Amino acid sequence: MTRMASTTETMAGTSALAPPSLSSRAKARMVSVLLIAPLVLFLTLVFVLPLGGMLFHAVENGEVGGALPGVAAEMRGWTGEGLPPEAAYAALARDLKAAYGEPRLGEASRRLNYERAGYRALLAKTARAVRAIDRPQAGWTAELTAIDARWGEPATWAALRRASPSLTPYYLLTALDLRMDDGGAILRAPAEERIYIDTLGRTLWIGFVTTLLCLVLGFPLAHALVSLPRGFASVLMVCVLLPFWTSLLVRTSAWIVVLQKEGVLNGLLTRLGIVDAPLELVFNRFGLYVAMVHILLPFMILPILSVMKGISPSYMRASASLGAHPAVGFLKVYLPMTLPGVGAGCLMTFIIGVGYYITPSLVGGARDQMTSYFIAYYANTTINWGLSSALGAILLACIMLLYATVGRLIGVGRIAGIQ
Amino acid sequence: MTLHATRIVGCALAVGLLSGPALAQSPAQTEHLTVVGAGGVLQDAERAVFFRPFADASKVQLTEDSYSGQMAKVRAMVDTGSVSWDVLQVEQNSLLSGCEEGLFEKIDWTAVGDRKEFIDEAYSECGVGAFVWSMVMTYDRSRIADGPKSWADFWNVQRWPGKRGLRQTAKMTLEIALLADGVPRGEVYKLLATPAGVDRAFASLDRLKPDILWWTSGAEPIERLASGDVVMSAAFNGRVTAANQSGRTFALAWNGQVLGVDYWAIPKGAKNRATAERFIAFASRPEVQARFPSHIAYGVTNRKANLGIDPALAADLPTNPANFALAVPLDTAFWADHGEALEARFANWRSR
Repeated sequence: MTRMASTTETMAGTSALAPPSLSSRAKARMVSVLLIAPLVLFLTLVFVLPLGGMLFHAVENGEVGGALPGVAAEMRGWTGEGLPPEAAYAALARDLKAAYGEPRLGEASRRLNYERAGYRALLAKTARAVRAIDRPQAGWTAELTAIDARWGEPATWAALRRASPSLTPYYLLTALDLRMDDGGAILRAPAEERIYIDTLGRTLWIGFVTTLLCLVLGFPLAHALVSLPRGFASVLMVCVLLPFWTSLLVRTSAWIVVLQKEGVLNGLLTRLGIVDAPLELVFNRFGLYVAMVHILLPFMILPILSVMKGISPSYMRASASLGAHPAVGFLKVYLPMTLPGVGAGCLMTFIIGVGYYITPSLVGGARDQMTSYFIAYYANTTINWGLSSALGAILLACIMLLYATVGRLIGVGRIAGIQ
Repeated sequence: MTLHATRIVGCALAVGLLSGPALAQSPAQTEHLTVVGAGGVLQDAERAVFFRPFADASKVQLTEDSYSGQMAKVRAMVDTGSVSWDVLQVEQNSLLSGCEEGLFEKIDWTAVGDRKEFIDEAYSECGVGAFVWSMVMTYDRSRIADGPKSWADFWNVQRWPGKRGLRQTAKMTLEIALLADGVPRGEVYKLLATPAGVDRAFASLDRLKPDILWWTSGAEPIERLASGDVVMSAAFNGRVTAANQSGRTFALAWNGQVLGVDYWAIPKGAKNRATAERFIAFASRPEVQARFPSHIAYGVTNRKANLGIDPALAADLPTNPANFALAVPLDTAFWADHGEALEARFANWRSR
């Protein structure tokens, strides 16, 4: 009884004391929520929504269902073997009459043309012709086949059936050099049409080599920046940051001037008699690496530098006083402590590097084009936003996979510099 | 510092408040028009022949913009209902697909003029032919005295060794490859629509591949021809004539020129549609078009305009009857159907 009373008393005492501390904590939490609210809103608007939209575009497939709803419904009920029933032909004729001359028919034509080249013209021709037919004499199957013999081919209908559902794997499959055949089986694309897997491999490889080169050049430089006398180090720092502040286009074009056949470097080499004929230094992989390393180097140096600045020189002195050779001390003491910086620098350089397309298109050759080139090409030039999004989604998946792997190995917190 | 900043903001606000009503009134008084070209010397010529005279004659406040032919921006404007362009210079295939997908307004041809006065290619549901350009073979006469006469000669690296310039697109390059392989002009597209024809075009390109230097912007072939990096090149005819006018001696070999038309079009939902239509009608008049080739050597779409062109200038135009007879007109409908597949195969072929 007494014990209970005392417990109650304690509880009452606590609760009597609690309100001010609780409310002040709640207030503090409220303030911090309000403080990050703009950031969350910003990220949602400019990052999460567009990204989600992009991912959705990669599978979205509303064109055919929107323009030709009747025949799209017929296609859902059809087995896909041989030719569809008369009802499908009749629905197609009805849909084409209704959609004639409207933008949605153009969009459906574009979509169907991806499945089978020539579909655009076929639909345009058929839509024009069916308007003249009020009542088909021998049924729509005969009428449509008379307008164009392709309506009598199973492949034409198989393409329509594949393009009818509201979601499609078409773009993602294409981005992986795969095709779905008329029977629904997934096959590799014909050899002369395979292009995106090679490009993706090349993109990742170029990103990897660039990162490695940046690390090899950037690590000693970052070390020099922390150990050199202040005046000299700040001059060096400006040299590192100068390209960072220059326009990407200017930097890239400058490399063309330096490296081209009648450029500065070749002129110097020939005049000094080091080479007889000018070297091929640009419009190939070499030129691309030079330009990319130049642009990405600050992204490697700055994270490493920030970590190195926090490492007290007394650690190395301690390892030396304990009898370690400077090389051993470097490997066992200094290097492990710089790893978070190295990890962050590598990840940043790689992720930015694999997204490049202006630089490869300017200083690279035909064999040096990266995935982003095709993303930009499909997004801007041909307005094939589905394929553009699918390529983007696959590139994003590769980077996420890499991030997860590195995160598992080093720890996400260490990469972000939190730990 | 803070005080200073506050003062600047205050001034800016005051200026904004004072000028706001004045700005809001102006659209009612003067008509506005935003025309969009492809930039560079082409737009300079358009400015001198079409833009300024139209603005002066009809008291329209004309604003210019330029773009690189990418339809994504037009698509975004139309989709979001914020169309800031009124007249647009577009390529044939963009016009065709854009027209089908509702990116452009339909043209009222009765307001433009008599359709019979124009070349057939100038007519489109959503556009009016602005000028005619051509992808033509060229070489430096100061380096080669007896030059190539056909695309078959262009492929002849034994007789004329050295690099050749071709545009880095399947469009026009595949036609040229078939012409070089001996396909008659009239059968190029019939053949290219078949898988065997496409294989034949790529096989033809295979033979020249080691000697090709690809170009992307129209200025490149001229620069490379001048520097001797290529001995002959496919190039836009207007650029070649412009180079000749500044002292070069580049020859134009018209046999097998691939002919294209650029159009004026009005984006769907353009704010100044009526003014845009008046501009297009103005730019289609024969006496206005006749002045265009003296600024840049592109052909005219209004046949009557040919009469007003200086004969010396007319000889170097793709629409000159003698040159026109040797042309392969670009088949836009073909490229609308097969463009994406062929460009992907072309990119794949090039990277191997």
